[in-house]
Amino acid sequence: MTSTVPLTKGGPLIVQLLREKSTSRFLMTLAALAILMPVLNLAVPQDSMFHVSTYTLTLLGKYLSYAMLALAVDLIWGYCGILSLGHGAFFALGGYAMGMYLMRQVGDRGVYGDPLLPDFMVFLNWSELPWFWLGFDQFWFAALMILLVPGTLAFAFGWLAFRSRVTGVYLSIITQALTYALMLAFFRNEMGFGGNNGLTDFKDILGFDLQSDATRNTLFVVTAVLLALAYVFCRWITTSKFGRVLVAVRDAESRTRFMGYRVEHYKLFVFVVSAVIAGIAGALYVPQVGIINPGEFSPINSIEIIIWVAIGGRGTLYGAVIGAFIVNYAKTYFTAAFPELWLFLLGGLFVVTTLYLPKGIKGLMDRLPVLRKTTLTEGA
Amino acid sequence: MTMLKWLVVTLFAGLCAAPLQAEDSIAEIFTALPKASFSQKAELMAQIAATESDQALDILQAIYDGNLYYIKADKRVGYAASSPEGFVLSDVFSGESLGEYGKRKVKKITINNSLRRDLSQLIAGFKLRAEEPSLRIQAARDMVNSPSTDLLPLIDQALKVEAVASVREVLEVARAATLLADRGADKQEIIAALGVLAEATDTNAINLVSRYTLKDRDGNYLEQDSDLVAAAEQALDSLNGRQSFYTLVQNLFFGVSLGSVLLLTAVGLAITFGVMGVINMAHGEMIMIGAYATYTVQLLMPNMIGMSILVAIPVAFLVSGLTGVLVERLIIRHLYGRPLETLLATFGLSLVLQQLVRTIYSPLNRSVITPEWMSGSWAVNGMLSLTYNRLYIIIFSFLVLLALIALMKKTSFGLQMRAVTMNRKMASSMGIKTGWVDALTFGLGSGIAGIAGVALSQLTNVGPNLGQAYIIDSFMVVVFGGVGNLFGTLFAAMSLGLANKFMEPMVGAVLAKILMLVFIILFIQKWPRGLFAIKGRFVED
Amino acid sequence: MLSQISLQEKTALYLSGVNKSFDGFKAINNLNLMIAPGELRAIIGPNGAGKTTMMDLITGKIRPDSGEIYFRSAIDLTKHSEAEIANLGIGRKFQKPTVIETLTVFENLELALAGKRRVRDALLFRLDPQGRARIDEVFDTIGLDDRRHHLAGSLAHGQKQRLEIGMLLAQSPELLLVDEPAAGMTDEETETLSRLLKSIAGEHSVVVVEHDMEFIRSLDTTVTVLHEGTVIAEGPLAKVQQDQRVIEVYLGR
Repeated sequence: MTSTVPLTKGGPLIVQLLREKSTSRFLMTLAALAILMPVLNLAVPQDSMFHVSTYTLTLLGKYLSYAMLALAVDLIWGYCGILSLGHGAFFALGGYAMGMYLMRQVGDRGVYGDPLLPDFMVFLNWSELPWFWLGFDQFWFAALMILLVPGTLAFAFGWLAFRSRVTGVYLSIITQALTYALMLAFFRNEMGFGGNNGLTDFKDILGFDLQSDATRNTLFVVTAVLLALAYVFCRWITTSKFGRVLVAVRDAESRTRFMGYRVEHYKLFVFVVSAVIAGIAGALYVPQVGIINPGEFSPINSIEIIIWVAIGGRGTLYGAVIGAFIVNYAKTYFTAAFPELWLFLLGGLFVVTTLYLPKGIKGLMDRLPVLRKTTLTEGA
Repeated sequence: MTMLKWLVVTLFAGLCAAPLQAEDSIAEIFTALPKASFSQKAELMAQIAATESDQALDILQAIYDGNLYYIKADKRVGYAASSPEGFVLSDVFSGESLGEYGKRKVKKITINNSLRRDLSQLIAGFKLRAEEPSLRIQAARDMVNSPSTDLLPLIDQALKVEAVASVREVLEVARAATLLADRGADKQEIIAALGVLAEATDTNAINLVSRYTLKDRDGNYLEQDSDLVAAAEQALDSLNGRQSFYTLVQNLFFGVSLGSVLLLTAVGLAITFGVMGVINMAHGEMIMIGAYATYTVQLLMPNMIGMSILVAIPVAFLVSGLTGVLVERLIIRHLYGRPLETLLATFGLSLVLQQLVRTIYSPLNRSVITPEWMSGSWAVNGMLSLTYNRLYIIIFSFLVLLALIALMKKTSFGLQMRAVTMNRKMASSMGIKTGWVDALTFGLGSGIAGIAGVALSQLTNVGPNLGQAYIIDSFMVVVFGGVGNLFGTLFAAMSLGLANKFMEPMVGAVLAKILMLVFIILFIQKWPRGLFAIKGRFVED
Repeated sequence: MLSQISLQEKTALYLSGVNKSFDGFKAINNLNLMIAPGELRAIIGPNGAGKTTMMDLITGKIRPDSGEIYFRSAIDLTKHSEAEIANLGIGRKFQKPTVIETLTVFENLELALAGKRRVRDALLFRLDPQGRARIDEVFDTIGLDDRRHHLAGSLAHGQKQRLEIGMLLAQSPELLLVDEPAAGMTDEETETLSRLLKSIAGEHSVVVVEHDMEFIRSLDTTVTVLHEGTVIAEGPLAKVQQDQRVIEVYLGR
């Protein structure tokens, strides 16, 4: 069983990828979802049993952005062995960037009617917009920030950490410290990001009313498309030689150095890419959910992402997407039906997965006789 | 001989009779109290004071605080405490309950402003004549903090008879304070008073003196007399200097207190990480279990709260410790050599434990009572007050540390733990049962966390999230101090605690915490194994 | 000291006065070693003599307390990281085979193949005909062709050894440091290996650390004896085996 695409002689890697079975299957499923859901929501009448409510559509859109986040984490954890317990921070930063844009779009339609200052600033008796809010009234600027802010933070943090060869448990702990520190900071009203209430009460995006069905469907489709792109991009990375170096770093970091690879550079690159993807996921999440608050920075959010990836099967990309869907669906269901049970379930999932399902659900499926591939035997 | 016996008996009888007499007279006074007019009440209160009985002070204080009520039906008088139905009245002498009554069935013994003044004098007079010097000092301190010119004669009176030097000192300060409060005092008296206040160790002295150094918007002194201003400025300098010093000491105390708590919470984690190379994300919940154990112990022995803490310590240790051993045997053991997986599995465990506690007890915070002997504070002087609970916890944490050091150095188990920390394979090939060392180490680490929970229950709210609040700090201590060395943990805990407390007044609690975290993130770049890590081929190789 | 040498003769590897202690234990003690370009050198010594530590120092895993370590007479190895040193042209085969178990044999070789190591090169990498030919060459040398696309983790110990040697060959470094290559190999395999190393020498400099005396003998080259972190004898195997100190160290105590 090979871990990568067999080296065919046909065309650039990207074309090979798209022809590859698992990728094309994934993309088709996603396409089906992206087409079917809006149809079932907009075209099918509400009393029909095939109708998909806007609430469900938005929920699915949320899951899609979570799936993108899971991809980002699988990229660094599943492939490179970097267990980041603070990736939610990048998600949240992207979310806040989008939130700031949306907030400025509210203009004078807010409760206090100030054309320039968001409600919470008026409430705090601020007289002018802080400097870091400037520019967020333009979408292109916000989009740039969505990419730059998580990316720059990841670069700075990664450069410090990887260059000093901080690995393993210590690395995980300081990623947790990072997101925790950010959470504390964003909770403060004086920071200027809405304090513990966060940013909410958005009206429209790019001129389109956020509450309208049309906009929601568009956001849904856009998220699906970006997820597809992110998937293909990640797959391209992992099936290239770069991906194999990542695996080598994960399993034999020292040896890889001795082969001449600057491990710090590889880790830094993949960490920054992963952070940017997470930021984009956050930016897609916020207009659909309608709010961003500092709770997104909380360590438990970041650790939950890990369980999505672990359950789905790390190191496979599509496993991360599956895991994100399954666990979040379970969360939606249980927190509504049996709220006291949810945390037991989640905690139990962690324990059971690490003990018995190291390869997640994908690993479980692999073991089924029908899907079993030829095993390898020892010997000369 | 018979003469002597007779004398003794009479005296004795007289002494015994005296309290009885006092009770009787107070009972008499009580019959008159409900219907008395304000001027009559003044007379009655003086009579209560005159009985010199033990309860007199409490009764007068109760009237002052508005806690003395009478039952309308039978005019019985008692202390009132609010209850669901209204009030519960209790007998002034025996403390027995006189019954629960609705709000309309009882009436407060009321006073007016002139009565209030009279009362404060009577009460102050009582306190100034207390047997214990420390009580007299406290009374004098109170007068410095809320000076009242009416009390001046009382103070002079007390100064005439006071023999203990330390009490005299505070009384002089009280006198000076009272003088300054009196607008009508003459210049020389004021300058003398300022001089006395300059040496005071009471925070209110600063307020009193500052009145003479107030400036208007242009920066000119409001006080016209330049001699007074000079004397006041001098006094102010002296006082501010002293205040800064004691604030420093106070911060040191809080820093050491926080450090001692961090030590307790982190040392278990450091030991586990050192021996086994695993980070236990459920460590915070072991702390929480210890705190809840304390709560439960108090539930089971509600009449012996004083003992409850001492009982809770071994109980918490055992409960958390056994949980730790179970966790190790059931989960950690199977994930040997995979520290990241262990981190995740223990995180899941922490969620389960939190939810378990929420289900069994309640999602809301539980109140843990501080026993008598741990409550209150030691007022070293007017500017420095050290709470007893923190003091005891500081001492306690050092005792725990000493016990651990003894365990590590003097017992065979300690030796085995150290061997496994340094070189697991070697230890194993020497016949050490590393499996059992792991289980017991995990149990020990968790047990100490349980004890930390007992200490924390005295300082903060006990709720299911207690562990989460301290887990990240514990990580920081371990990361900063390194593993394999108890003194490293001590140093890290103390420095982080002190740094935090000294930064707080400058930048606020939240920002201080953020700065600490950023510092650790940067620190670990240069010293990835912590400050005092053991050298040589390490666990992670 | 180096300046005296560099004008007169170029060395592939030059160690002078190297010292290294670990927490009081002196692992390397005034070590002096010189490898000429294209030379094949064998290093022997009892366990704990410091052979692996010496390799660690040369390849940049640890830094010496004092002394000089130069590559090609010009490059101070103590100033470079492991990856840089590897890229400069020093390849190492470890005592314990450390192949990448979750990649296939082919992929392992592809990774080790000499070439640019930058991130962008890795992202855009396409295996060209020369690369493919080189890999095929290595397969010819080490065998393992039937395991081409099998995971390296599924190989037996001896096969892993061969793969690692293959990786070293693919990297085609100027200086090869080979740590105990004969361990776990059959007689036939050791013979092949010996011939291989001798054939590489000349174009490459090769330093071999071994315990297997038959293997050393078959190499038929200068032998350096290490003991307690320093060189106690150097010369042809026969001469070294007669050396009094060497006998003491191996047999005496």
